[in-house]
Amino acid sequence: MENAQEKIIIVENLTKQFDHFTAVKGISFHVNKGEIFGFLGANGAGKTTAMKMLIGISNSTGGTANVAGFDVHTQSEEVKQNIGYMSQKFSMYDDLTVQENITFFGGIYGLSRKQIKTKTEELIAELQLGNIAKTKVGDLPLGWKQKLAFSVALLHEPKIVFLDEPTGGVDPITRRQFWELIYAEAHKGTTIFVTTHYMDEAEYCNRVSIMVDGVIEALDTPKKLKEQFQVNSMNEVFLKLARNIE
Amino acid sequence: MSISIQNISKKYKNVQALQNITFEVQEGELFGLIGPDGAGKTTLFRLLTTLLVPNEGNATVADYNILKHIKEIRNSVGYMPGKFSLYQDLTIAENLTFFATIFGTTIEENYDLIEDIYVQIEPFKNRRAGALSGGMKQKLALCCALIHKPKVLFLDEPTTGVDPVSRKEFWEMLKRLKQKGITILVSTPYMDEASLCDRIALIQKGKILKIDSPDAIVEAYEKTIYEVATNQMHNLILDLKEFPSQYSVFAFGEFMHYIDKNDSFDMDVLRTFLHDKGHQNISIQKATATIEDVFMDL
Repeated sequence: MENAQEKIIIVENLTKQFDHFTAVKGISFHVNKGEIFGFLGANGAGKTTAMKMLIGISNSTGGTANVAGFDVHTQSEEVKQNIGYMSQKFSMYDDLTVQENITFFGGIYGLSRKQIKTKTEELIAELQLGNIAKTKVGDLPLGWKQKLAFSVALLHEPKIVFLDEPTGGVDPITRRQFWELIYAEAHKGTTIFVTTHYMDEAEYCNRVSIMVDGVIEALDTPKKLKEQFQVNSMNEVFLKLARNIE
Repeated sequence: MSISIQNISKKYKNVQALQNITFEVQEGELFGLIGPDGAGKTTLFRLLTTLLVPNEGNATVADYNILKHIKEIRNSVGYMPGKFSLYQDLTIAENLTFFATIFGTTIEENYDLIEDIYVQIEPFKNRRAGALSGGMKQKLALCCALIHKPKVLFLDEPTTGVDPVSRKEFWEMLKRLKQKGITILVSTPYMDEASLCDRIALIQKGKILKIDSPDAIVEAYEKTIYEVATNQMHNLILDLKEFPSQYSVFAFGEFMHYIDKNDSFDMDVLRTFLHDKGHQNISIQKATATIEDVFMDL
């Protein structure tokens, strides 16, 4: 954050139009290198659509976005090589063991055998997974799965990691441990782009944007947003902005 | 008694999903099962809705025995599973008609019960369920669970993955259903929703840890919590963990919740400690406990 003004995501007028409605209506914002950026919004506000465009798996119908130095439209492969992605819905293969998943994703990300071996050992030590390295991922509690998925998304040392509701349904202690992992990664200089429905987690972000009905209605530090809306919590900010969209 | 559970245990292969669960839910009560993923909440729902059979123990729902009166129970309860389970290829209207027909009723017959909720999704009634947003799916699922006017409503994590606005609306709907005399057993991983229930059970790893009204649970919590904030929140958690007499440190929104091992804890000592670690704008004050604080300390 100190060399703050290096922008790692630059979005200008990004738009996605489907047949009958516009899911994302010309949004513009940027994310600084090393920042934890919270991308909030109600269900159906266009968050997922916007995120899909940023990670290069959905084409915009207007505007531009540059992610990690690459244009999402013309260089989507380069974008993918420089980002990590983890969502609650898809994280890892349940039928593979912890170790097999790490090896598999390491291979997908193009790491050498030697790198994979080193990374696997590092990861298992760091997350204290020694006892369960040979356990199938499907048999792990959700919280462990999510921590592991986060680390796997970082295997290829991406510049940015996108986290789509990483903590949904996770118990309160594990949820906090997960955020400690996020902090630690951000300290190393990795940029974190995260969505969440837990408003206490919005407070842990450096800056937060709130999407309503396809547009970004507010974007600032949690502190300034609370001042701007004259409320005491991010939950109240959210409720004030996002009431009744559907 | 609307739901009465006696010494229920359920084991899958190697996992003890539920261990000797006993509690009762009164008629017209809004009762919350609060616990994280893997606590056993879904297993309990499936037992009470006769979709699973317990290894030990017994239960009655709306005065019917879950082992003997399977048909009667299925006719008397509404169940909204955690995973969206309606027909994705049918429209809103078709799904609702389908469920009404299955239960031998019509949408018109019990319309008063679902009206509040249905009017919110009616503008999209010809849209296929698979193409709905999360909030709308959840409203449709609730309508389908209510269409046969059940005595007891089972809602398994209805708000997981749902944004704060829709969550708030959903709980307002539950309050209105409760006023119509429907007993509701609802589970949630969101601790803030606990305070909206009449009574709650805190459940973890298959065991009930506490049952009481949310207020009583918070009041019975004896430890003193301090909320701490400084100009470097990321480092604060690490530094607080190094304070010699720390009992626990958890991030809570814009503050850290800090609990000390000693009754004689002196805020100024901690303040000096943090100052020496390079923190500025240090604020330390007593905080009110929440359900989440209690839960994390169980």
